[in-house]
Amino acid sequence: MATVESPQERPIGYGRLTRKEDPRFIRGKGTYVDDVVLPGMLHGAILRSPVAHARIVSIDTSAALAHPKVHAVVTGKDLEGLGLHWMPTMSADTQAVLATDKVRFQGQEVAFVIADDHYSARDGVELIDVEYEELPVVVDARKALDADAPVIRDDKEGKADNHIFDWEAGDSAETDAVFADADVVVERDMIYPRCHPAPLETCGSVADMNPVTGKLTLWTTSQAPHAHRTVYAMVAGLPEHKIQVISPDIGGGFGNKVPIYPGYVCSIVGSIVTGKPIKWMEDRSENLMSTGFARDYVMHGEIAAKDGKITGLRVDVIADHGAFNATAQPTKYPAGFFHIFTGSYDLQAAHCKVKGVYTNKAPGGVAYRCSFRVTEAAYLVERMVDALAMEMEVDPAQLRLDSFIAPEQFPYENKTGWTYDSGEYETAMRMAMEMAGYDELRREQAEKRARGELMGIGISFFTETVGAGPRKDMDILGLGMSDGADLRVHPTGKAVLGISVQTQGQGHETTFAQIVAEELGIPPEDIDVVHGDTDRTPFGLGTYGSRSTPVSGAAAATVARKVREKAKLIAAGMLEASPADLEWEKGRWFVKGDPEQGKTIQEIALGAHGTAMPDELEGALDATCNYNPPNLTFPFGAYICVVDVDPGTAQVTVRRFIAVDDCGVRINPMIVDGQIHGGLAEGVGIALMELIAFDEQGNCLGSSFMDYLIPTALEVPDWELGATVTPSPHHPIGAKGVGESPTVGSPPAIVNAVIDALHETHGVTHIDMPMTPARVWAAMQGRPEPPQ
Amino acid sequence: MQVTLTVNGAEVSREVEPRLLLVHFLRDTPGLTGTHWGCDTSNCGACVVLIDGEPVKSCTTLAAMTEGHEVRTVEGMEQGGELDPVQAGFMAEHGLQCGFCTPGMMLTARALLDANPDPTDTEIREAISGQICRCTGYTNIVKAIRWAADHPAAAPVGEES
Repeated sequence: MATVESPQERPIGYGRLTRKEDPRFIRGKGTYVDDVVLPGMLHGAILRSPVAHARIVSIDTSAALAHPKVHAVVTGKDLEGLGLHWMPTMSADTQAVLATDKVRFQGQEVAFVIADDHYSARDGVELIDVEYEELPVVVDARKALDADAPVIRDDKEGKADNHIFDWEAGDSAETDAVFADADVVVERDMIYPRCHPAPLETCGSVADMNPVTGKLTLWTTSQAPHAHRTVYAMVAGLPEHKIQVISPDIGGGFGNKVPIYPGYVCSIVGSIVTGKPIKWMEDRSENLMSTGFARDYVMHGEIAAKDGKITGLRVDVIADHGAFNATAQPTKYPAGFFHIFTGSYDLQAAHCKVKGVYTNKAPGGVAYRCSFRVTEAAYLVERMVDALAMEMEVDPAQLRLDSFIAPEQFPYENKTGWTYDSGEYETAMRMAMEMAGYDELRREQAEKRARGELMGIGISFFTETVGAGPRKDMDILGLGMSDGADLRVHPTGKAVLGISVQTQGQGHETTFAQIVAEELGIPPEDIDVVHGDTDRTPFGLGTYGSRSTPVSGAAAATVARKVREKAKLIAAGMLEASPADLEWEKGRWFVKGDPEQGKTIQEIALGAHGTAMPDELEGALDATCNYNPPNLTFPFGAYICVVDVDPGTAQVTVRRFIAVDDCGVRINPMIVDGQIHGGLAEGVGIALMELIAFDEQGNCLGSSFMDYLIPTALEVPDWELGATVTPSPHHPIGAKGVGESPTVGSPPAIVNAVIDALHETHGVTHIDMPMTPARVWAAMQGRPEPPQ
Repeated sequence: MQVTLTVNGAEVSREVEPRLLLVHFLRDTPGLTGTHWGCDTSNCGACVVLIDGEPVKSCTTLAAMTEGHEVRTVEGMEQGGELDPVQAGFMAEHGLQCGFCTPGMMLTARALLDANPDPTDTEIREAISGQICRCTGYTNIVKAIRWAADHPAAAPVGEES
């Protein structure tokens, strides 16, 4: 009989540990939103706009209402009566819940049908007749500010163009001076195309408004249940203590489940209107066409070097935010953390400008496995460094090694306002090169080139800024980005940890138990981690931007340390000793110099309710905290990708991928590696396959998995991982967060590899993602396809 | 129309609309919610079940087409209180994260191992290539199936955690 893991192998604290989540998932016993079934529940479906820009002339719902299984049809006019036809976005813009005046992108929500079952609700949608008066469309962000561009947001008083914001960081004059003084300057135009997180579970909700108690329970696919609850309270005028938001098991998020979508609001309204629970689950096309997309940055970069070192970087960006500015990022930063584009290099100056515009495309701009535009920033700088190396005819690894921020420069103030916490860049870079056999790969490449074979080696070295963030600088809709934790140790020594972040597969139930186990010596299996239910957990901003471990993990460690200190006082009472005379070893307090005289944490937990409890202490072994991070954390990594390009078909194959990640202290290395694997596969998808494109009429061309291509097991290699550990000095346990690093770092490595394969033989200097065979083929023929 | 089939060894019979998809039939009638609905277009495989031992996408199979057939879902993998080695392998090798694709992946793996008890990694990758996992990057799924091939005796329930 084979066993998965023997008890001796299970750490009490950090280390490899199989997941507490898995027993339910491997039996198909998870509870996702679509698995929630309530008595009397009805089903909702959304009618969406077939066109990208049109005035609504009329909506006729009579045939739908005549359907025997349809209970109600809600339109924008109905919502207008409740003041709910518009809602605020995460960027403090407004978004239509159901369109009243115009539709502004293909797939926009127009009406909500409530019926006995899912199929009948869809039938009802088909029976609604909408008359549209079509309007001109703009889908190219570069044309959004043209004088003849249609004004998309004429709902906003006085709005006469499609401009959203202008934002900049760094010192423009200083950067000009550095460029004027440079030996070499290289420019590139590049697009980080619109892609989509596309979690396997689509978005949905089950709303249950209890007409007697006035309490709304909302099961929903949310990465941020507490923030969502507050927004619902603000928007719908529902009292916040009468709203319970439950994020049950979530089938992947990757940023897609950060925003509030019209469907959620419609399910709530539907439950209020009908007095019955309403389930709404979107289908795949709805997910891809209407929910939070990612990227869509049109970038012009310039990089400067002097004396063989990178000295300056300048970038001009047009950011396509779609029809409503629904980007999720801290209020102060309309372009997110794009100003981390200085990367891992000790620059003399840097400057970026970002212009946000509206287009007739779906709203979003969520961070697809990314901390607020860090992905775009890392792509820009790592492509520019390779372009510079190409121009200087130096090895791209060497140029990076020559330009890194040195270990002794940390904490490092970069030129755009960040303070990097810690880094050992050269160590990670050399480890990756060693693992790859870099010199040998270069020899192999030369041999293959001589035979007419196309092989490329691509490097990327990224630094992220994650774990948002310090309350004084970072908020979303006024809510500071701190996170809570509460820890209760029951009399028998079993513990319950409540956290404000929510897992979508990251394994919080395991990792957070291990954090507490490390601090208190209670076995992880004796610690239940409660999350994703606003009635049972403390307030916090949720899981995205790799912030769970940096912020909520710090909260868990802090609250466990508070419990440990309280346990010390209780133990002192039980041992009739002075607290000053006690010493901690994992799992027990004992008298210094007399180790036999001690109490285990389990004994202390019982003592906390016992008669020996000191009078000056409150009973029970518990604590709460709310952690406000003093700074962000700065994980980094060195990635090397080896590709083969078929000279006949231009098909790119990722043959090897070496990833050395430094995310600080690793709590569960198995889970960390799993996070990296998954992010790398998404990076391959973004670099080679994934694209939400539009035609000139604004038709979405990536609206199913037939068109929006995601890597299968055949498109990705066996990942080769390495690790260095540079703890974050300001984080209680030195952890930095890891979930997004691989998606941030891998696309530039893959693109750099393909360019490396094609530059010498075909003169190719850049290909925009996704590098499909058609695009690569066109570039090989000297006809680079115009970016979409 | 009436449809009668065997689900995890038990006969299920129900009046259905001809258009009812097998995925919804399984989720609604016997309440087997381990079979997931992910894409509508047969691309993702979150809905894979075994019909007469073969992996089939239940989102593009009509319930009516399974009349008289044997359907096996993830809920039918654990037998007599013992996990299928595939289930144990997914846990041992961290072959799952969010768990949404997992039932379909495991059933495809079961069908593969039934036909080929000692597959190569390439054969494993080919077998699961009609399915998408968005979380794991596949390496650990391949390892999980390899684990199951190497441990053909089921792991006892209760020792998996």
